[in-house]
Amino acid sequence: MSNPNIYIPYLMRIEKIILEAPGVKTFRLKFENEQEADEFNFKAGQFGEYSIVGVGESTFCIASSPTRKGYIECTFRQTGRVTNALASAEEGDVIGFRGPYGNTFPIDEWKGKNLLFIAGGIALPPMRCVIWNALDLRENFKDITIIYGARTVADLVYKHELEEWGNRPDVKLITTVDPGGETPDWKGEVGFVPSVLEKAAPSAENTIAIVCGPPIMIKFTFPVLEKLGFTDENIYTTLENRMKCGFGKCGRCNVGEKYVCLDGPVFTNVQLKELPAEY
Amino acid sequence: MQTENYTIRKASLEKLFNNLVEKGKTVYAPKAKGKVVLFENVERFDEITEDYIVTTNSAKSVVFPRVEEVFSYKKTKEKTEISDASANSFPDVVLWGSRPCDAAAFIPLTNTFNRDYTDIIYNKRFEKILILTFSCSKCDEYCFCTSVNSGTGNTAGSDILFTKLSTGDFLAEVITEKGKLLVEENSSLFEAKPAESKEQNLANVKTYFNHEEVQSKLQNLFENPVWDEKSRACLGCGSCAFVCPVCSCFDIQDESHGGNGSRLRCWDSCGFSLFTLHTSGHNPRETQGARWRQRILHKFLYMPDQSKVAGCVGCGRCSRACPADINILDTVTSL
Amino acid sequence: MNELIKKAAELLESNVVQIVIGYGKGSAERTRTIFITEASGCDQLIFDSRCIQNLAVYLTKAEIKKLGKPAIVAPVPVLRSILQLASENQLTEDGLVVLGVTPESTLIEFESFAAIETYLASHKIEIDEKYQKIIEGIKSMPVEERFAYWVKELEPCFKCYACRAACPLCYCTRCTVENNQPQWIKSASHPLGNLEWHVMRAMHHAGRCTDCDACYEACPMGIPIHLLTKSMLQDVTENFGPYGPSLNKDNTLSSFKPEDKESFIK
Repeated sequence: MSNPNIYIPYLMRIEKIILEAPGVKTFRLKFENEQEADEFNFKAGQFGEYSIVGVGESTFCIASSPTRKGYIECTFRQTGRVTNALASAEEGDVIGFRGPYGNTFPIDEWKGKNLLFIAGGIALPPMRCVIWNALDLRENFKDITIIYGARTVADLVYKHELEEWGNRPDVKLITTVDPGGETPDWKGEVGFVPSVLEKAAPSAENTIAIVCGPPIMIKFTFPVLEKLGFTDENIYTTLENRMKCGFGKCGRCNVGEKYVCLDGPVFTNVQLKELPAEY
Repeated sequence: MQTENYTIRKASLEKLFNNLVEKGKTVYAPKAKGKVVLFENVERFDEITEDYIVTTNSAKSVVFPRVEEVFSYKKTKEKTEISDASANSFPDVVLWGSRPCDAAAFIPLTNTFNRDYTDIIYNKRFEKILILTFSCSKCDEYCFCTSVNSGTGNTAGSDILFTKLSTGDFLAEVITEKGKLLVEENSSLFEAKPAESKEQNLANVKTYFNHEEVQSKLQNLFENPVWDEKSRACLGCGSCAFVCPVCSCFDIQDESHGGNGSRLRCWDSCGFSLFTLHTSGHNPRETQGARWRQRILHKFLYMPDQSKVAGCVGCGRCSRACPADINILDTVTSL
Repeated sequence: MNELIKKAAELLESNVVQIVIGYGKGSAERTRTIFITEASGCDQLIFDSRCIQNLAVYLTKAEIKKLGKPAIVAPVPVLRSILQLASENQLTEDGLVVLGVTPESTLIEFESFAAIETYLASHKIEIDEKYQKIIEGIKSMPVEERFAYWVKELEPCFKCYACRAACPLCYCTRCTVENNQPQWIKSASHPLGNLEWHVMRAMHHAGRCTDCDACYEACPMGIPIHLLTKSMLQDVTENFGPYGPSLNKDNTLSSFKPEDKESFIK
């Protein structure tokens, strides 16, 4: 944090806007202040509060990898007041960013292991950060498998990067759309993510599973992972909750004793099972 | 610092007040207003009422105001300029007439705004306040300070604690350096400590429960019908959270007028149905029972567990203020 | 009182209703709303001058509705709210049992909303003289003085929305203040935010408020916000004639007919 006043955001200029899917945009942001840019550091899994000053703040993960300096990226869907205002912003506009907040994926602990990334829909952004982090340090990891699905082909985000990942010999990529969501020229799988996972049956041996998705997908994915032999301490996920401050004071995001903004958003399945049904 | 004891005569107390006002301090003291007693800015000693067990509202707004500007801004297409509100100067405030429960509440409040990340605006305000507490000679059935490790003569959180003696004069217990400074600046008003003991002048508050026992019980009560049962009459307003001296949940709101505006930190309450509502429509705490559970667990389990501070000081304001007469003591003792 | 208890127990015993909403012993000298599900619990019911909460507020709550068909103890203020809610299509006649109660705690059984309306014809809304005087005093102030008066009166307001929560007629699932696209009413409790909220609330009650004072009793800071609604009540009466909850007369300000003399909406 550059400013001791924790409520004050960094000013970020929108360098690039990509329309990922209907209502979903990615912003590439550069710090207005060079010194802040140099001093800024974050780790995969962390999030920030992005704002249109005067309208409000909204919580998204940092979707770019910490291995790439000089900019950060966020991906969001237009749903409410702030995201609608953000969606109207143009390249060159200045927005606010407070962060990085939250805990991180312990990527150092995963060195020498296989990584299995499972994501659904708009939940790919928090994973994209750690996927690129891993790919930028590729030699540290064994097999990398990515299973990603969305409702329809149009809803898939990061379409160009999916292509890039798919073309890499050192990555196994399986993309899927929900039954009925395929287009005539769709070459990927058709089926819900949990069933695609079951069909792919990746080995649980020496493998870390990172899962992000809508609650319904999580609900059906975890039993499949269990069946495949994954143990709770090797399954990671991120939780989302309504947030305002991001630094553990406004009292909003707690699930039982844990604050999603301080003790999360990254949780292992061991920790998740200890949490009360409040998320 | 070792507590120093003095006597201050009734007339000298009034002089002390006048000295503070003359020095330009903003004094907040209990003022009677119809059916309520509120902490308000007073300038004359006779504006202060002594006829209260606790004031209706708490004194937390001296450090945690209802609306706090965290920054202001000027925005054009090319440029956004932010003015840091922590650079503002904050007034010297004297809190006169807080009760021991009020003073004790500053401890968890300060903890919340300093743990993990430091809220410098809160701290700047806190530095500037002087807490002059008056111990309790009366209590009622809403009070339960002794059940939460506090009491009618508790000095925790106060700079000076005054206790009225049978003579009409006061024992002054000077707890902190800030308090000591005040005594030094007004040394003629403080005399040698009295012979009379403090204890005989304090109200006795019945102990209703053991705090540690409740904390332990709550670990296993997440799924329990007590939450729905006890909150059935709850209307879902924010009265309890807002009169509470410890509650500090807040919202961040931007307000704009053309190209200018500010970002504000405003009071909020976990009792509101919208508090945890996601934009998608999903609400992790959909029922009032779930929200009542959050209030109790946060105060009596999470805060003591995580931050080792009390989440409740037993002042009973929430129960007094509740339009539906939901009584926190009633819920806790029925667990 | 005994009649009331007996009737309530009977209704539960025979499963005509699944819940009885009434007044019971509260903290200190207060009464509180109690929800009784077992016939044996009905002896907790009390009724006296301390019973000031307007119980009708619970009739529109989703979580209370889930408990089943209610019987509700209803002194006159509650009866008025029930009738107003009925005229606004929030209640159905067979959806509840109304246990009317007089100040002397005598039970009055109402078979229909029409019966309530007949009863209330002899309990018309009348603003107490002491309030009339205060309102007159405020209205006689020049506009700037009046504005300053209200800014000062509303200063202690911290937007707890107890007034809204306690009012039976504030049943909107999403209140105007809870909308942020756009943010019609500022949510912060500064002078402008406070004024915006209270003025809006009074306006939304124009022609509907039944003068039960639940808003004032609920306010933890003792702010006389009921002066705004009473004044509004007076204004509507002066301009549109006396009104009160009714199944036969349309709501004064929320009914439209093509024959209305105002042409702006045609």
